[in-house]
Amino acid sequence: MAEIRVQNLRKAFGDFVAVQDSSFVVEDGEFFVMLGPSGCGKTTTLRMIAGLELPTGGNILLGGEDVTMRRARERDIAFVFQLFALYPHMNVRKNIGFPLLAQGMPSAEIRQRVEETAKLLRIDHLLNKSVSGLAGGDRQRVALGRAIVRRPKCFLMDEPLGTLDTEFRDLMVHELRELHNRIHATTVYVTHDQMEAMSMADKIAVMNHGVIEQFGTPREIYDRPATMFVADFIGSPPMNFLRFGGGLAKGAKEIVVQGAKVAVPEVREDIAPSDMALGIRPEHIRFDDASKLRGAIYGTEYLGTTQIVAVETADGIIKARVPAEIRLAAGDHVGLSLNSARLSLFDKGSGRAVRTAIHDSASQGRAQHG
Amino acid sequence: MSLTTAHSVVAPSANAKLIAGTIIVAYALISIVPLLWIFATSFKTPPDSIAYPPKVVFQLSIEGYCNLFTTRTRQTPEYINSLGPATGFCDETVRKRNMVIAGPSNFLPRFVNSLIIAFGSTFCAVFLGTLSAYGFSRFKVPLADDLLFFILSTRMMPPIAVAIPIYLMYRELGLSDTALGMILLYTAVNVSLAVWLLKGFIDEIPREYEEAAMIDGYTRLQAFWRTVLPQATTGIAATAIFCLIFAWNEYAFAALLTSGTAQTAPPFIPTIIGEGGQDWPAVAAGTTIFLVPILVFTILLRKQLLRGITFGAVRK
Repeated sequence: MAEIRVQNLRKAFGDFVAVQDSSFVVEDGEFFVMLGPSGCGKTTTLRMIAGLELPTGGNILLGGEDVTMRRARERDIAFVFQLFALYPHMNVRKNIGFPLLAQGMPSAEIRQRVEETAKLLRIDHLLNKSVSGLAGGDRQRVALGRAIVRRPKCFLMDEPLGTLDTEFRDLMVHELRELHNRIHATTVYVTHDQMEAMSMADKIAVMNHGVIEQFGTPREIYDRPATMFVADFIGSPPMNFLRFGGGLAKGAKEIVVQGAKVAVPEVREDIAPSDMALGIRPEHIRFDDASKLRGAIYGTEYLGTTQIVAVETADGIIKARVPAEIRLAAGDHVGLSLNSARLSLFDKGSGRAVRTAIHDSASQGRAQHG
Repeated sequence: MSLTTAHSVVAPSANAKLIAGTIIVAYALISIVPLLWIFATSFKTPPDSIAYPPKVVFQLSIEGYCNLFTTRTRQTPEYINSLGPATGFCDETVRKRNMVIAGPSNFLPRFVNSLIIAFGSTFCAVFLGTLSAYGFSRFKVPLADDLLFFILSTRMMPPIAVAIPIYLMYRELGLSDTALGMILLYTAVNVSLAVWLLKGFIDEIPREYEEAAMIDGYTRLQAFWRTVLPQATTGIAATAIFCLIFAWNEYAFAALLTSGTAQTAPPFIPTIIGEGGQDWPAVAAGTTIFLVPILVFTILLRKQLLRGITFGAVRK
């Protein structure tokens, strides 16, 4: 196993820049997820780590070794494809043993290693089956088997659960994480599904338009989004934004939104007057008739334990997650009280988060902008 | 009309199936009758073969096959009587017509020429076609579209249009009447078809297979050999049949460029007619034997051929 160090990685296809000066480190044994909408450059980054694409600039270090321009087969990595790429003309046993065959391993040893791997993944009863008859989850396990049988330096996975049914997907998320806990393999996992990312990752890199917007633990990314994009992309429903204007002075503890004074975490930097946004997660909103921030109920979405309430304010729809017991009718006027300790402030122009007291305890997981 | 039975929108109705079946059977019969007639004629005696009205029931004879494989000379009955007993069935049949076998005919060497040239050129066309189709399918080839169009454009005129230049060129290069020359020529004609057909097949094979193999420690060539080729067998088989049928049946160039050592069966078979009257059973026998290799090859690969020609319609 090894650490993966990506430095100022860049990839352009003609005029189109797919990945812009990305840098991040995947620690040895870490489960690292690259998350972003389709076309954000996450798969291209993964393919460059694998050696399936060559970067336009930057470096990739695997276990301290520069492999930037090396061929895929010389990198000692394993790749799990979205469509699994199981060879249809081989049975399960041959599929799993295929990478070992390349190393010229004696067939008795291949047999043993394949069987060990199959046992680990609980597919030993399928070894002599044809891959074309397998169910989605089993195909996934065979693809994983082919990846782990070689004991490579790291695993790269490109949306490996993307084609599975929802029920299988939840099962495989659990299985993948469990497998990782057992073998502690450095893993880079690409997905556009935030639930997969949040539930499996040790660290997440959120990408957009070829730029890593934020790089940190799932908790950091959820609680302290570095940009408005991250705040909007993560969370369901996403973070609400309330516009406000004017600058911010270092030490400020209050802002004015829609004529109402809102206490915010203490601001740690000076911001020149410009358009700003106050970010608030739906679960940090309470209904409080005393609040000056007001709106009318627009609709509700009942989820069992909680409900999502859409409130129409002077600045558009705000979604709040409140206990399911509260009875509300469309058109009711409510006051909104925000949990001051959990608010984020953003500069609307750059989308960047303003440094406040919520960042005080944070480790430096901030993104570098390209 | 009652509406009690539900009609499927996609499944053909019983009537439609009946009509379609009738048309197919009728077409098959029309197609196969000439072949059956040739097959029957090859087992007739020469008088039966030209009898009018044509005989559907006739006496079986392999005289046609005897005549196909031998050359004969006419002799006086006295001379024939002076010979020893007939050495075989053919000998006996020929002597009844006041002839003796002078030696083997050229049919067998011509047939072997056909085999060598057709299978040789098919192999070359498919081999080159597979590699270039893979290249066009997977790599950024500069001017790929123009090159592919150029390759296709070689099929836009009938090959015979360049017969005279090729004849002169081959005479100059010493390729006239050589198996190598014919293999090169048929390969050149077929390779464009092979590239285009195979590119379609290879495009359909996801590149993840090779990528997976290359990550797993194989070179690109190994990955191609072990993951792409096994999945392209259907396409390769279908392409091979098309190439083989062309090379096997080709008449015009063979007649123009081969006359002796490298002559193939198609230009040879008509020459049988001229030898000692119109020997239709021998011609029919030659045609029947000529059909066998292509028939065997097609039957062996019929599944691939069927999938090949319906390609794209039924996949996935």
